[in-house]
Amino acid sequence: MLSLFREFWRFLRVRKKYWLLPILVVMALLGGLLVLAHGSAVAPFIYTLF
Amino acid sequence: MWVLGISAYYHDSAAALVHDGRVVAAAQEERFSRKKHDSRFPQHAIEYCLGAAGIDMATVDHVAFYDKPFLKFERLLETHLAFAPRGFRSFRMAMPVWLREKLFQRKLIGDALRRYAPKFDQEQLLFAEHHQSHAASAFFPSPFEEAVVLTMDGVGEWATTSVAIGRGNTLNIEREIHFPHSIGLLYSAFTYYTGFKVNSGEYKVMGLAPYGEPKYAGLLRDHLIDIRDDGSFCLNIDYFNYCTGLTMTNERFDALFGGPPRAPEEPLTQRHMDLAASIQAVTEEVMLRLTRALRRDTGMENLCLAGGVALNCVANGKILRDGHYRNLWVQPAAGDAGGALGAALAAYHGLLGGARQVAADGDAMSGSYLGPEFAQDDVERRLNARQARYVVLSRTDMLDTVAGALAAGKAVGWFQGRMEFGPRALGGRSILGDARSPEMQRTLNLKVKYRESFRPFAPSILREDVADWFELDGDSPYMLLVADVVAARRRAMSAEEQALFGIDKLNVPRSDIPAVTHVDYSARVQTVHEDTNPLYHALLKRFKALTGCPVIVNTSFNVRGEPIVGTPEDAFRCFMGTDLDVLAIGNCVLYKEQQDPALKLDYKEAFELD
Repeated sequence: MLSLFREFWRFLRVRKKYWLLPILVVMALLGGLLVLAHGSAVAPFIYTLF
Repeated sequence: MWVLGISAYYHDSAAALVHDGRVVAAAQEERFSRKKHDSRFPQHAIEYCLGAAGIDMATVDHVAFYDKPFLKFERLLETHLAFAPRGFRSFRMAMPVWLREKLFQRKLIGDALRRYAPKFDQEQLLFAEHHQSHAASAFFPSPFEEAVVLTMDGVGEWATTSVAIGRGNTLNIEREIHFPHSIGLLYSAFTYYTGFKVNSGEYKVMGLAPYGEPKYAGLLRDHLIDIRDDGSFCLNIDYFNYCTGLTMTNERFDALFGGPPRAPEEPLTQRHMDLAASIQAVTEEVMLRLTRALRRDTGMENLCLAGGVALNCVANGKILRDGHYRNLWVQPAAGDAGGALGAALAAYHGLLGGARQVAADGDAMSGSYLGPEFAQDDVERRLNARQARYVVLSRTDMLDTVAGALAAGKAVGWFQGRMEFGPRALGGRSILGDARSPEMQRTLNLKVKYRESFRPFAPSILREDVADWFELDGDSPYMLLVADVVAARRRAMSAEEQALFGIDKLNVPRSDIPAVTHVDYSARVQTVHEDTNPLYHALLKRFKALTGCPVIVNTSFNVRGEPIVGTPEDAFRCFMGTDLDVLAIGNCVLYKEQQDPALKLDYKEAFELD
């Protein structure tokens, strides 16, 4: 997990998209809740989503 | 140096193996797993590639993935942010998948690879951008030292259209059009609206287009897409729902085109055909404007195409006939499966600086025959295990037998040599028929393939005879160019026949080869070359000697919704589940009437419709 955060940080630096960071944090928390709230990770088949 | 390319986790996962820049093997996972468009990690395809090369995973120097997940996630976040609070539902559905799996792709892939090579180092895993992978798959195996490379698809990370310049072993992306402006998604929106499945039904829309008139093209240009002189374009997103919704189009789109989307399997009407003709016309306009402008800007005379839109062989044919380029080469696996090959080549030439050797005689795809093959004794063992009844003939007798069966109007399953890489069957895993037969199209569609009767079949023709039968005098080995039947071979329709409506028109013989002639006299031509497929070439020569005609029907060896057959067992199963008359696997020939009736299968409902 730590390597993922490190990689993401490098990604934000390269892309110069630091402004995404607060959104990412909120979304990670929100997303975490959603993951906990739902058992299934089945996605709809609209491939632009992925 | 060995580089393994992988595409996975979205759709059409595949693996491709490259050795010092030479393509050794490539295959799509669905052919092994028997699940159409399988998106899972391509373990079977990887195992096949390694086995074909006689190496194990520990020998592989690098693994290249065809897509950059973080960039895609960035697009997902920014798009949802731009549309917030709309799209919360799709966001809620997408997030768990991303937070559980897709963001961890580096780890997922690494873990999966360590099952084969415990010492696999994460640093050996490389990532190429989606369009970089497509562009690499189009340029590096092409027969050109330098070329302009155009890739168009639904969407990768951000790019939906990209232009790259390839020279030697370098390939640089120069321009991009970004999501949500996408010609691929616009085409998919019409695929959805005309009642076909997004991401697989686009081919049907293209097949349906010649029945219609582009009556809605003006409406499309006025409201949906702004096309500039250089072919760049901008979509009016107000009419679409794909950015954050769960459908492709919305109510405004319905209102503009006068009704809701057609439900799947609902009868097709002239309106649907006109809609198909309209989106096809607009797509061609975009592609022609783009390619003309690129010729003007770059001065290059070679063009390479890839990405899902490059499978639009009608548009490809028009680009070729437009005459702005001396040479056109389209990657046979232009869709996402081909991204595996592109990623491997992009890694080898681009990241690792590997030299590129342009093939002196043709491209570096080996006819796209890059998949598994089966030795004669293996075929016999597998058929015996299925209680199949067959005769083993000499190669010459097998060819004579199959050519004779075709001339007698039989539908023949043809399973020979290595499997094709890419969506088209090219004489390795094909169903063949007599192109001269007026009934063949209907028979194959309804009794063998169990698919919609409006869909035309494609011809295979001896390369040396192509100009005598089609308005094409070049190579089209991958069935990615559409050309008209020459005027001398056409049959004029009577006023009565001309007045027939839509699909009924297809049943009117329009040429000497009616089974492969569309209602507008066009055909999706495959030229057969002695150097890439000598056996298939020999079959066509024998058929020509018998009938005077060097053209046969070639359609993929499967039924609707089924992945193309991968093994002799798959072929036998499909043979027993359909009205195929004869099956030739290696030197084994099977006749339907000689098989045990108890082995017959109810195949019609076996696969989910695509």
